[in-house]
Amino acid sequence: MRGVCGEWPPLRDRQGATYAELVTSDPWAARLHVVSGKGGTGKTTVAAALALALASGGRRTLLVEVEGRQGIAQVFDTAPLPYEERRIAVAPGGGEVRALAVDAEAALLEYFEMFYKLGVAGRTLKRMGAVEFATTLAPGLRDVLLTGKVKECVSRTENGRPVYDAVVLDAPPTGRLVTFLDVTKAMAELARTGPIHSQAEGVVALLHSPRTAVHLVTLLEDLPVTETLDAIRELEAAHLPVGSVIVNRVREQWLPDRSVASAASGRVDAGRVRSGLLAAGLDLPPEVLDGLVAETVEHAVRVAAETAAGERLAAEWHGPRLELPQLLDGVDLGGLYELAEMITHDR
Amino acid sequence: MIDEMLADPRTRIVVCCGSGGVGKTTTSAALALRAAERGRRVVVLTIDPARRLAQALGLDELSNEPAPVEGVPLDAMMLDMRRTFDEMVYAHSTPERAAKIIDNPFYKTISSSFSGTQEYMAMEKLGQLCARGEWDLIVVDTPPSRSALDFLDAPQRMSRFLDGRMIRLLSSPARAGGKGLRKLVGAGFGLFAKGVSTIIGGQLLTDASAFVSAFDTMFGGFRERATKTYELLRSEGTAFLVVAAPEPDALREAAYFVDRLAGEDMPLAGLVLNRTHPVLAPLSAARARTAAENAGSSRLAAAVLRLHADRVDLAEREDRLLARFTGAHPAVPVVKVPVVAGDISDLAGLREVGDRLADQAPPAAGGRVRSLR
Repeated sequence: MRGVCGEWPPLRDRQGATYAELVTSDPWAARLHVVSGKGGTGKTTVAAALALALASGGRRTLLVEVEGRQGIAQVFDTAPLPYEERRIAVAPGGGEVRALAVDAEAALLEYFEMFYKLGVAGRTLKRMGAVEFATTLAPGLRDVLLTGKVKECVSRTENGRPVYDAVVLDAPPTGRLVTFLDVTKAMAELARTGPIHSQAEGVVALLHSPRTAVHLVTLLEDLPVTETLDAIRELEAAHLPVGSVIVNRVREQWLPDRSVASAASGRVDAGRVRSGLLAAGLDLPPEVLDGLVAETVEHAVRVAAETAAGERLAAEWHGPRLELPQLLDGVDLGGLYELAEMITHDR
Repeated sequence: MIDEMLADPRTRIVVCCGSGGVGKTTTSAALALRAAERGRRVVVLTIDPARRLAQALGLDELSNEPAPVEGVPLDAMMLDMRRTFDEMVYAHSTPERAAKIIDNPFYKTISSSFSGTQEYMAMEKLGQLCARGEWDLIVVDTPPSRSALDFLDAPQRMSRFLDGRMIRLLSSPARAGGKGLRKLVGAGFGLFAKGVSTIIGGQLLTDASAFVSAFDTMFGGFRERATKTYELLRSEGTAFLVVAAPEPDALREAAYFVDRLAGEDMPLAGLVLNRTHPVLAPLSAARARTAAENAGSSRLAAAVLRLHADRVDLAEREDRLLARFTGAHPAVPVVKVPVVAGDISDLAGLREVGDRLADQAPPAAGGRVRSLR
């Protein structure tokens, strides 16, 4: 990964760049990393590990969530995050991760504060539900506000250099992802001028440039892979740069390849297992042996299904693919650092 | 516990809730099928089933009406939220007024992309099915919400949008809201209203305003329905099952949900922990790994021992995660559902899940092996 912050290829007209030009550059060098995936694939955990990995070696990253779930606080096991950037972890080799829970209403109020000087009225309006109402009138407005805040964080500078080397966004799940990122469409609903409109134009330029990489988290299972492939097609059609596919919770395959198919259909040579165990010094009663055989069949069924899902993925996705193992100790803070190290190492 | 609950004639509604990707739809369908095959008249309301599961239930297309599932005494339906909303509008309005509402661009927004509409409509549909009295058990799947709380909160949130106060404040802030409010918010509100119309454009506000005034007369009916559904959820015949997978985030969401249900006085039946990996052979991981080192030429035996050791570790991890939950919620019954390898895409698969839901004894060694279809 290049640690350069500040020199970026000149922005091109969205229609001017081909899709290939958007994605040929190293996805890990992007400034904005959008992490999505089907529900239950562990996208928040992966986003957190990626933020840690990108911060290692003395850099600073920002991890952002936008769905009000407080997922980041849960992953880092801290109190709920306010609408405020604060340090949440120290990265390996120095460097830090800050976190922010963006809230559309707070972002809208922030605008009003900036442009209309609402003063204390802002809080009252929020309490009354007026701010939520305003963000509901045009559903695209919420997304414009959320991505607008993210863009502001990406492009904020201090003494002429970016405050954040990279921003990692824990984005909505794949089903809502493209609607969320396709700010151009949302803008069509809004007034043609005004402060939010001009910021949205900046968001469009950022999202449709090589400074952005969208990473999709999947498991090697049928439905998550299907959703991932659908999302890739949608992203490509919307001209949004897909960075990588991150296969999460990969488990070890112990059976030799040639035994998988037969074991998966229930054929395990119990006699051979028994004699092998005896040779290894284990004389087990028949019911324990039966249990081991049953586990072997289940293992083989899973491996066969994972292999099929992995092949389906490989047939359609030729870009970068990263695999993260299932951590048997669970994903606590230590596990997060372990995953971060693997990302640093493998990308 | 599951069979007792399903067999008890007092159980009229089972609501499956939990975070996305934990198997709520499959669990709902499996419970419904099990109850139906044990003699109850059952309908299952699914939200967004995976394609093959939908086909297995005969739900190839949205119909918004329950239809019999081929080959089993069960009715199933898939929610069409837009149509459910339209039907509500027609039910509470004259045809002319309804047509006016349905053509309004703001209505299109509210009825299709307002976060919470799906939840609201799921609960509305539940109320309708219940009122028809054709079934003695209704099993409901809940939408894959941003947060598990959405379906409890959605009706109230939507009421607030539809009751007209907000839009009046935005379109004519000088007159609405009463003196007290004006004093409190002062000029801020005028500025806010002006800002909102600058941002979203005057047309949207005009549409919203027209929508709300057309909606005004039916609003009372809407709110009454929402209140009734809420009461239905709190009634004795309802059982909530919180569904989770043995992953930290899913279990945390489940814990949150259990607390919330308790806070709302909603009847919780228990936690369904889906896709667990119970150990089928009593042999410690350490012993298995040591033996695997010594298995020498037998690659098969070494593989069997290593995959067993991994499984023991995985089961321990799942137990630790579950222990965290039960430590905080000792009174909540837990049902563990061992993973069924492969996709659940037919009635046989649903029956298998149903068996695992009901059978809480550890599976017999060597038995319950199921191959991929």
